Amino acid sequence: MDEVLFRRIQSTAHGIRKKCLDVALAAGARATHFGGGVSIVDVLSTLYFAVMNYDVNKPTWERRDRFILSKGHGVLGYYVTLAAAGFLSDEELSTFEQDGTFLPGHPIINKNKGIEFTNGSLGMGLAVGIGNAIAAKKKGFDYRTYVLLGDGECNEGSVWEAAMAAAHYRLDNLIAIIDRNKYQLGGANSDIMNLGDLRSKFDSFGWHALEIDGHDITAIYTALNEDSSGKPKAIIANTTKGKGFSFSEKGNEWHHAVLTHKLYDLAVAEIGEKENANNIQ
Amino acid sequence: MQITSNDIKMWSRVGARPTYGMAMMALAKERDDLIVITADMSTSAGLDRFRKTYPDKFLDVGIAEQNMIGIAAGLADNGYNVFTVTFAPFQTMRCCEQIRVDLAYSNIKVTMTGLASGVIHGSLGNTHCCFEDLGVLRSIPNLILMSPADGVGIVKAVFAAASCDKPVYIRITGGANNPIVYDSDIDFKIGKAIELEAGRDVTIFASGTMVHFCLQSAKLLREKGISASVWDMHTIKPIDKVAIDTAVQKNRLIVTVEEHSVIGGLSSAVAECLSSYKNNPSQLSIGINDFFPEPGDYPFMLKQCGLAPEQIAEKILNALKN
Repeated sequence: MDEVLFRRIQSTAHGIRKKCLDVALAAGARATHFGGGVSIVDVLSTLYFAVMNYDVNKPTWERRDRFILSKGHGVLGYYVTLAAAGFLSDEELSTFEQDGTFLPGHPIINKNKGIEFTNGSLGMGLAVGIGNAIAAKKKGFDYRTYVLLGDGECNEGSVWEAAMAAAHYRLDNLIAIIDRNKYQLGGANSDIMNLGDLRSKFDSFGWHALEIDGHDITAIYTALNEDSSGKPKAIIANTTKGKGFSFSEKGNEWHHAVLTHKLYDLAVAEIGEKENANNIQ
Repeated sequence: MQITSNDIKMWSRVGARPTYGMAMMALAKERDDLIVITADMSTSAGLDRFRKTYPDKFLDVGIAEQNMIGIAAGLADNGYNVFTVTFAPFQTMRCCEQIRVDLAYSNIKVTMTGLASGVIHGSLGNTHCCFEDLGVLRSIPNLILMSPADGVGIVKAVFAAASCDKPVYIRITGGANNPIVYDSDIDFKIGKAIELEAGRDVTIFASGTMVHFCLQSAKLLREKGISASVWDMHTIKPIDKVAIDTAVQKNRLIVTVEEHSVIGGLSSAVAECLSSYKNNPSQLSIGINDFFPEPGDYPFMLKQCGLAPEQIAEKILNALKN
């Protein structure tokens, strides 16, 4: 990954996190899934601004790469990324979780707005991704399907039905990214339901599985581009829940919470310091 | 497709499941975009020939119904006309939330087929029977639910579903030597019930296998001087309100008969409609009365559930007396 691209993605991710603060503040008492919404920002930024092939002016282009947010509660980072990519206007984004919005707390299929599929009930996105990947093979299209799952989501048995099938069908055009932030609603994965070694699990299911730092843009980029030798690829992205702000990088307190003005101001000040330190434009 | 009297005789002889397989063969000839997905049920669904003839249009996802619906949704979202098929309880209840989110909520058109619904699998126990599928699915918005009466009904439902733009569930009841209700091709429209017999005293709305049974019951009633209308209510959702209105204008007793729980299926759909009428007629709901039947063969099961033609006729006679 060259330096220019790296700086661009770093800056984009930074901008998305900043915007996430605004959206979370505007959501007010309705609260947001903040922690799991910002833990995925580096993965989303790399995908949408360095890897995926799409045309915002032709959102239903048949050969576009597909992205499915299987961890549907991650909409905070997702919607803001879609806005940064040009699928959503700021005005539309401002309707997040408002009465009558098309942008509720879990995504609803809306191709024209870049929202590939409906999610929210966990464990369903990978199977839909398989359908997309098989369709590509049948039609001779070279698009790829990316599915982003949560680690807690991997408690669902349906994830493993899909994991088995993707390997069986040798879907080397399917990439699952697991946001391994190590927490789920009720607490740490290790306390609620221990996931063990996710990389070995996917590997034993017949996937090309790798484990990376999910906030290291170069590592994400390299992993996404790595050849998977005819197998589906699973990227275990080790992340920090609430990544980016000192107030939210504290275990699981920010799974679903209200952002106050006080914390918002603190976070904005913190972000300014980061910009100076990293020379981010 | 052209339906001949030989087809109809054959469908009756081979029964509901092989008829479904044959319908899919016929559909594949007409539609390039067809894909059939099963959860390790290709032989049971009469799809062996289909699998060999159209390997590119066939997918077996193994015993994983949730995965089946998700994959079907992904394919349908890319323009394929997808049919899924397995035994009814697994096709509907095992993957109920995938049906709700991936198909109904997302408005993704997939046609699901529930084989051996009702109590035909009685000797295998209630795990393999299914008298809750309509009840469970009817409460989910945006689904079309059909329950065809015989071989012609199954073929017509399959073709109607393929051309429909909403997710569909086809409930297949009955077994081999399925009695013939229709001895020639019919005009079949989703949501439009078919009046098979016009009567004076009582209207019977039936679905699936019970349509033929009710024709027999009507014969028995005739011997007692009662003239009954019999309708094939092949679509449970949307329910045919015009047909119900016709009955309301005519009779003080309306009967529903189904190889399904009296809760949630045809009975409930008709009752919901009737309740909006002032001075509405009374309704007799004949179906499985909210219990798990004891295991047994098909005639034993039907009798146990009070669904044999003479039992149906007797219940109607009693209701008319009261």
